[in-house]
Amino acid sequence: MADNYVYAVARIRSKENSLFSNSVIEQLISCKTYESCLQFLTEKGWGDSDTEQDGEAMLSREREKMWQTMRELVPDMSVFDVLSYTNLFHNLKAAIKQVVSGVSGAKVFYDDCSINGETMVKIIAEKNYQALPENMQEAAREAYETLVQTRDGQLCDIIVDKAALEAIYQAGMKAKNEILRQYAESTVAVADIKIAVRSQRTWKTLDFMKQAMAECRSVNVDQLCHAALNGMDSICSYLEETDYAEGAEALRESSSAFERWCDNRIIKTIQPQKYNAFSVGPLVAYVLARENEIKTVRIILSGKQSGFSDDSIRERVREMYV
Amino acid sequence: MSDLGIVFALLGAATAVLLAGAGSAIGVGIAGQAAAGVVTEDPGKFAKVLILQLLPGTQGIYGLLVGFIVLSNIGLLGGGVADISLQTGLLIFAACLPIGLVGLISAIFQGRTAVASIGIVAKKPDQFAKSMLFPAMVETYAILALLISILSVTSIKI
Repeated sequence: MADNYVYAVARIRSKENSLFSNSVIEQLISCKTYESCLQFLTEKGWGDSDTEQDGEAMLSREREKMWQTMRELVPDMSVFDVLSYTNLFHNLKAAIKQVVSGVSGAKVFYDDCSINGETMVKIIAEKNYQALPENMQEAAREAYETLVQTRDGQLCDIIVDKAALEAIYQAGMKAKNEILRQYAESTVAVADIKIAVRSQRTWKTLDFMKQAMAECRSVNVDQLCHAALNGMDSICSYLEETDYAEGAEALRESSSAFERWCDNRIIKTIQPQKYNAFSVGPLVAYVLARENEIKTVRIILSGKQSGFSDDSIRERVREMYV
Repeated sequence: MSDLGIVFALLGAATAVLLAGAGSAIGVGIAGQAAAGVVTEDPGKFAKVLILQLLPGTQGIYGLLVGFIVLSNIGLLGGGVADISLQTGLLIFAACLPIGLVGLISAIFQGRTAVASIGIVAKKPDQFAKSMLFPAMVETYAILALLISILSVTSIKI
């Protein structure tokens, strides 16, 4: 029932006051060094006492805080499945590679999802696929066996990534909330477009693209694959006929401009949730806004660390929700 | 048959109190959830959100007022119950319907509007006065219904 979210939405409305606006992001860009950026973020309440000097740890801590809040507010976290599948399937991919290679790398798993890294590795090592959600089982088995037989990491990746996109799409279409449906549609379509662009640049075959792309309503996989075979202009021409016409313009500019356009599009989609008081929509919007904010701060911190100019960083930062 | 007169008169009083009271309980309850959400994050806004939470509570008071007038008119409060015909009983029942029904519906919607206004206070506390006007608008219709119910109940000759 939509009214079940009244308390949660009111809390989120208060929390939205601490989201970064475009002007705060501008202030962060104006900080001279990486260290002064970290100090600025600390003053804004980001991270905790252990993460003051480590940007990545600070960003992880902020993501943990956000999910902690959501767990407090939403008794049934399955409404966020659409958002968490990306991380969950990432854990699956990392676990398969770790088990097959026998090398346990650095921190490669996401802990703030329903199956953490340690459990995922155990499941894959024991081939206990039944312990995984139903929509992961077949992909896990296929990806594991493919990697064992072929040692082709890319093939393993596309099997899991496609399963992730299909899971996101199914969960999105099943969702009662419009914003989740729009998010799922947009995520799958944008992922397909990115696959087409990368495949075009690396001369991949039609079969490879079809194997990697997931079906969705707003993009025709068949037409997109054929457009990719004909070159970047064909991809842009095809996109001009779809809901992603503005994206074609960004794509002509550069890949990073296209990714920026995709993120800004999601923020534009969730804007109406600022005026909704009775559904899970504002909570989903808050999670997406927070993820967007963390991603933008990461871009700025990386830019400062790499010595990029302020203008160069400014070109890459995303629009903010508030 | 004359016994049915007092039954309908009491049913009228009960309808006014019950429906308007239930509406207020729902309205205040839903607004209270939103108020609690804001106070969890910012206890400094307690007074402002409390006022907004209370706005849908007035319909219950209006229902109670009409109920009291009915009980007083039919002599139940004074101890001597008047002899009320079926026609008079039905008239009293009909007179209580406006505040009962309008009270129920307006209190629920006022509660929902109060929730939205609490959202304004959460983000822009300086706009509190404006935010109060939105749920207050809904009150107009409860007051109109109260007016008709009181005029009707007090006009019925017993």
